[in-house]
This record gives sequence, C-alpha cells and structure tokens, in this order.
Amino acid sequence: MSPTVTTSSEANGNVSAATARAAASAAAVQEATGPQAITMAKALNTALADAMQADPSVLVFGEDVGMLGGVFRITDGLTKTFGQQRCFDTPLAESGIVGMAVGMAMNGMRPVVEMQFDAFAYPAFQQIVSHVAKMHNRTKGALKLPMVIRVPYAGGIGGVEHHCDSSESYYAHTAGLKVFTPATVADAYRMLREAIDSDDPVMFMEPKKLYWSKDLVDLADLRAQHAANADSGTSSEGKAAVARPGTDATLIAYGPSVPTALAAAAAAAEEGRSLEVIDVRSIVPFDDETVCASVRKTGRAVVIAEAHGFASVSSEIVARVQERCFHYLAAPIRRVTGFDIPYPAPKLEHYYLPGVDRILDAVDDLQWEN
Amino acid sequence: MTISADHSAPDRAQRLPAEDAVSEAVRKFGITAEDYMLPAHHQIEMVGPDGRLKAESEQGTEPGHEYPLPADEELLAAYEQLVVGRRVNDQNSALVRQGRMAVYPSSHGQEACQVAAALCLSAGDWIFPTYRDAVAVMARGVDPVEAMTIFRGDWHSGYDPAKHKVGIQCTPLTTQLLHAVGVAHAAKLRGEDTVVLAMCGDGATSEGDFHEALNFAAVFHLPVIFFVQNNKYAISVPLSQQSVAPSLAHKAVGYGMAGERVDGNDVVALLAVLDRAVKLARDGSGPLLVEANTYRMQAHTNADDASRYRPDGEVAEWLAKDPISRMKTYLTDRGLLDDGDARIAAKAEAVATQLREGLSEDVPVDPLELFRHVFSAPTPQLKEQSAMLADELAREASPEEPTK
Ligand SMILES: Cc1ncc(C[n+]2csc(CCOP(=O)(O)OP(=O)(O)O)c2C)c(N)n1
Ligand SMILES: [Mg+2]
Repeated sequence: MSPTVTTSSEANGNVSAATARAAASAAAVQEATGPQAITMAKALNTALADAMQADPSVLVFGEDVGMLGGVFRITDGLTKTFGQQRCFDTPLAESGIVGMAVGMAMNGMRPVVEMQFDAFAYPAFQQIVSHVAKMHNRTKGALKLPMVIRVPYAGGIGGVEHHCDSSESYYAHTAGLKVFTPATVADAYRMLREAIDSDDPVMFMEPKKLYWSKDLVDLADLRAQHAANADSGTSSEGKAAVARPGTDATLIAYGPSVPTALAAAAAAAEEGRSLEVIDVRSIVPFDDETVCASVRKTGRAVVIAEAHGFASVSSEIVARVQERCFHYLAAPIRRVTGFDIPYPAPKLEHYYLPGVDRILDAVDDLQWEN
Repeated sequence: MTISADHSAPDRAQRLPAEDAVSEAVRKFGITAEDYMLPAHHQIEMVGPDGRLKAESEQGTEPGHEYPLPADEELLAAYEQLVVGRRVNDQNSALVRQGRMAVYPSSHGQEACQVAAALCLSAGDWIFPTYRDAVAVMARGVDPVEAMTIFRGDWHSGYDPAKHKVGIQCTPLTTQLLHAVGVAHAAKLRGEDTVVLAMCGDGATSEGDFHEALNFAAVFHLPVIFFVQNNKYAISVPLSQQSVAPSLAHKAVGYGMAGERVDGNDVVALLAVLDRAVKLARDGSGPLLVEANTYRMQAHTNADDASRYRPDGEVAEWLAKDPISRMKTYLTDRGLLDDGDARIAAKAEAVATQLREGLSEDVPVDPLELFRHVFSAPTPQLKEQSAMLADELAREASPEEPTK
C-alpha cells in the first residue's frame, strides 16, 4: 500500500491516503495553544509539515533530511509523518538535487530541497543560474518552477571553512530568483510558507546562527493567519518590516544581522540616539517603499550585512536608497559589512562579523550637527 | 625537463598506452579486457579478523588480480602507524569533548586505510586527503599539530601542501579529485614519474566531480589512484541509498580503468593492492580505482548522533573486525613484534602528548593576518580595511583615549 503522491491539480478535493494519515498524525502532535517559546528551527520544521499537509504536491528532499531530520533537524519527523515518498534522502549530489527538483516542478510537484550548507550549494550553481532562474523566462511563462531551495547560510557558529559563507549576493544578482531571509521565529514560519506557495523559485536563506534563537510565538495563530491570507489572496511576501521604530537614523539589516542591528539600536538608545531598524526580509523582490520611507524620515542610514561588502546586496541597497532618497539624506549612507576576505577560521570570525561597536562607529560618522 | 610546446595535441604515442596496458594484461593473463578492469569477484583479503594469514586460495585473487604479500619491514612500519593513528584519533576526540578543538571527523576504525594510503607512496608522490584523513596526512610526515590546525580553528590549514606533497584537507566533496588529476597531468607534462593518490568516501562517489575526475584521469591516461574508503555511511545515509552498483570499484570499468575491492580493515591486503596500483600507475597503466571496505566506527563528527540512523549491533559486528588487533595478533604470532610493541606504544603516547600540548594552549591569533593572504599583495581596499580593524583594536586596547 505504497501511498501515491498526488499533484497539485489532482489534489483539489482529493486528499491521498498519505495526506490523510499525515493530517491525523499532525493533529495528534498538535502543540499547546497560546504563545510558546519556540526556536526558529521548530518554526521552519512546522512550516514544512503544515505545507506538506496542506498540499500533497509539496515534497522535501536533500542530504540527510530523512531519517536524520537534516543536520540542523529542520526536517525532523517529516519522513515519519509523511512517508518516504514525500521526504527522502537523495544520493550525495547537489546538482542532482536541484536539477531533479526542476524536473519535478515541471511535472506538478512543489519541491522544497535542502542544501546542507551555503558552500555546498555551489555544485548546484549551474542548475540554479541556468535553469531555476530562467525557465519561466525562456518559455514565456509556459513553465513555472514552484520550488524552494533552502540554504542554511552565514556564520557566527564557530564553523570551519565552507560552513559559513554568506552566499545571498550570488542569488540576488541572478535575475529570476526570489531571495528571502527571515530573522525572527514568526517570520521563519510565515516566509517559508509564502516561499512554498510562490509560483516562482525561491532561494530561502536561513541564518544558521539563529536556528536556536527563541521567540514567544503562537503557531496556531500563524497557521490561521496563513490560511486567512490564502483565502483573501493577501500576503506579506516581499515586504520589509520595521523591527524597531526610531527617529534619528535607520539601520537596514537582514537575516543574521538583524539581531545585531537591534542590539546596536538598544545601545544607542542608552546614549540618547533613536535608531530605527528595518528588517529587509525579502532581498528579491526588494521593498523600496518601506526602506525609503524610513530613510526619508530619519535622513541617515547604515546598511549592515555579514557578507563581503564589495559588489553585494549591501551595495545594492545603498545604491537604491541613495537614488531614491538623495535629497533627504543628511550624510552619505554608511555600510558595516564583512571584510573582503574569505570567511575566517572560528577563532578569528568575531573580528570579521559586523558587531555592535562597529555599527555604532558608523552611526557616529553620519555627520551629526552637534 | 622541457614541456612539449604544443599542449593542445597530445601525440598519439602518449595516448596509446591506454589500450596497451589492457592488452598487455590480456596477453599476459589470458583474460578479457573487461575481466582486467572489473574488480575480482571477491574483495582482496589476506589477514582475517582473527589475525591469521589466509590461504592463497582464499585471498580473493584471480588471474590479472594477483597480489604478493608485502615485505615484513613494510608491515612493521604499518603497524606502528596504525597504533599511532588510533591514539591520535582518540586523543583528538577527547580534545573535542574538552572544547579544545572545534570539530574532529575521526577515522577510528579506518586506520588501516589511512596508513596504507600514506605508505604505498614514494617520497615524490602526492596525496589528496579529505577532512577525515588527518591520520594519512600525518603518516605522510606532516607534523601532528600542523595537521590538526584546521580543526583547532585558528586557520584553514596548518601545513604547506607543496613542501609535503599533501593537498590541503578538503571538505567540498570530491573537488580535490580533480586537483589530483591536475597535479598528475602537470607531472606527466614535466616528465616526472609522480603518482597521485586521491581519497574520498563512499557518499562522495555520487558527486559530479567524482565522475569528471575519473573520466579526465582515464582520458588523459594519468597516474592517479582513486582510493575510496567505503565506510558504509555518508553522515546518516547508508551506501544502499547512494549507489546500487555491484560495488563502487565496478564504476572503474565505465571509465576504461581497472578497479579493485579490498578488505579495508586489513592493512596487509591494502598495502598489497595499493603497492601494486602505485607500481602499475608509475609504469604507465593509467588511473586505477581502489575501494576499501571498512566502517565508520564513530559518529560522522562529534556534532552527529549516529544512534538516530544505525543500530548498535552493526557497530559491534565491525568491532570484531578491528584493523589494529588483527595486525597485532598476526605480527606477534610471526614473532615479529618482540618488545617492539612497548616502543610503539611509547611513540603513540608521545604524539598524543604533542597534540595535547599543541592544541591546549590558547593559540595566539593575529587578527591583521586576515588581510595578509587574500592576494599575493594586499589591494588598496584590503589595506584600508586592515587599517580600520587595527584602529578598532587600538581603541579597544586603550578605551580612554580615542585614537581617531
Ligand atoms: C559538496 C558537499 N556537499 C555536502 C557536504 C557535507 N558533507 C560533509 S561530509 C558528508 C558525508 C560524506 O560521506 P562520505 O563521502 O561517505 O565520507 P565519510 O564522511 O563517510 O568519510 C557530507 C554530506 C560537503 N562537505 N560537500
Ligand atoms: Mg562514508
């Protein structure tokens, strides 16, 4: 009685045996109601389970995602709940994983694949750049690739080389890829659901140092919000968030740098300076409106990113804001980024990473009158 | 040595030995070309788990797949390295538990593979190791502390690959196999008789670069030995989900090279097979693929929990096949060990002490070194960034008087 996997179109009103079983077992492990302290890893795991339950065409595969539940445990329990056909280990080959996902997405599935670490996605680069990003365009929209490539990225975890790359700029530079990166536990749930819902391919960049960060989150509430959004056709996709309101200057950050920016804003507040923090959330598409509204209000901005500064997402943000807000700016926009060096070994990484002091130094440089 | 001026067109004479090596074997052994390239029907094994030398008829050899027993001195040298390797593995795992090392992917249980891979080569030969092959790196003469620098976490590598002819320990799977091919190709163009041994795991054979490396080596007819340590797992994924080929050694024939399987816990058989492979490669037979049948006795790294995906019983089964105890029995029975065992144990202990001392102290790091090795000479931008960090550090050192 191997469960057949139904495709999106077949699935309307026709729930397969596997999905019915999954629904039953998901209900059995229904979490406590009300806000709970949960990790980003748990939120991502729940988002995957909920998406798989809602749509039998959602499949999860990659390296060690089955029995082990992924090296970061993001896929924990999915094979057990949904069966080998819906969440499975592949042979060890990233180009194979992404290339097969392209074919599956062409044939009715919504694959969500995992790259084990940022730097281990590079063997798949050819597939991502030449096919994932371009299929829609090449076929004038005849083919859509509703697929998500999850990438644990960036540093701050004491990892050895090749385990800490900030690779978002490669993807953001590639036309045809959406690039999301959550910084909070609730956003991790919301944005992964939106990524899976998207008919366009999404590079879903997960800041691995935040996997174990905890927030008080009501998963049932997030689930209900997602359902309501789906019903009304609304979504927060592509929207930046004001992570902390302020009046004197804007800190623009994303992913792993958001908590650092918030810490800097808290420290600045003690010195009497009010910093607004914008969490970009969606690198592509980019929310010019929210970001520029903030900068026009404060007149000063610092962009913060772990990635090397040169030819990066941070340079793009500076360029866009400068083009749109020039006459509102009291000072040139500053950047605090990783140095233009290969990501350092564990004992040296804290010199590389943007920290609170470096951000406050940059804020101090914003040509304050007094 | 001069390099042929026309690199684009390797002459026919250079290409032909591919066929010649096979046809020579065919002529010599009266077998078909496929029989020569396909691994023998059984893995090659010489000293069993009980420490007894197997009868020749039970060693898995067949025409075209014959392996002489390695010399006693080589076996004694191998035993010494086995004991040292085991001590190093267990010392490093202890250092990780104590938080003195960031991570250590142990080759505990695979020491015979590590040692044989190092000992089969001559001084001028190259080896390309992975993250799991620190013991092989040491056995090639790299200082133990330098070999562990990558895991100590103050730099990406601690030794000079060119000096030791040992590639940097490689993590992006199978990417190093192509470097091995390149080193062998350059050696060939330079007229050097270098052999290159390139290592990878069972899981890694699924990567695209594995295919590209084997094919390049075969097409350019290069002296590369691809040495696959089949330890049955790629983190949590068992070999059965990685490949359904009859064996990994069988992959060789698809590239037109010879493959062989060997008991990866039997250092005698490993040396016999690898010594012959090195000789064949050096004599111009082209590349070879050797699959060692072994087992990863511990978790993938300290960060992994193997109980999530494999039964304890399986580990116990392999415990009985330990590579070191069988060698000890074999050498003792042959009267080759005498009081050598105490000397070897003392040597292993000395290396362990060296590791504890070298890896325990808080290694001083120089943050400005971050900018020194990106290019041959720092760019203007890197100089600027280095100055910025230096200024930060100076201000941290004397917070009272800002140096700005
Ligand atoms: C290109 C690439 N993808 C993924 C990884 C992550 N990774 C590191 S080791 C490993 C398993 C490798 O298994 P195997 O080749 O059998 O070698 P073993 O670790 O068993 O020695 C994986 C998936 C990597 N290092 N490089
Ligand atoms: Mg393995």
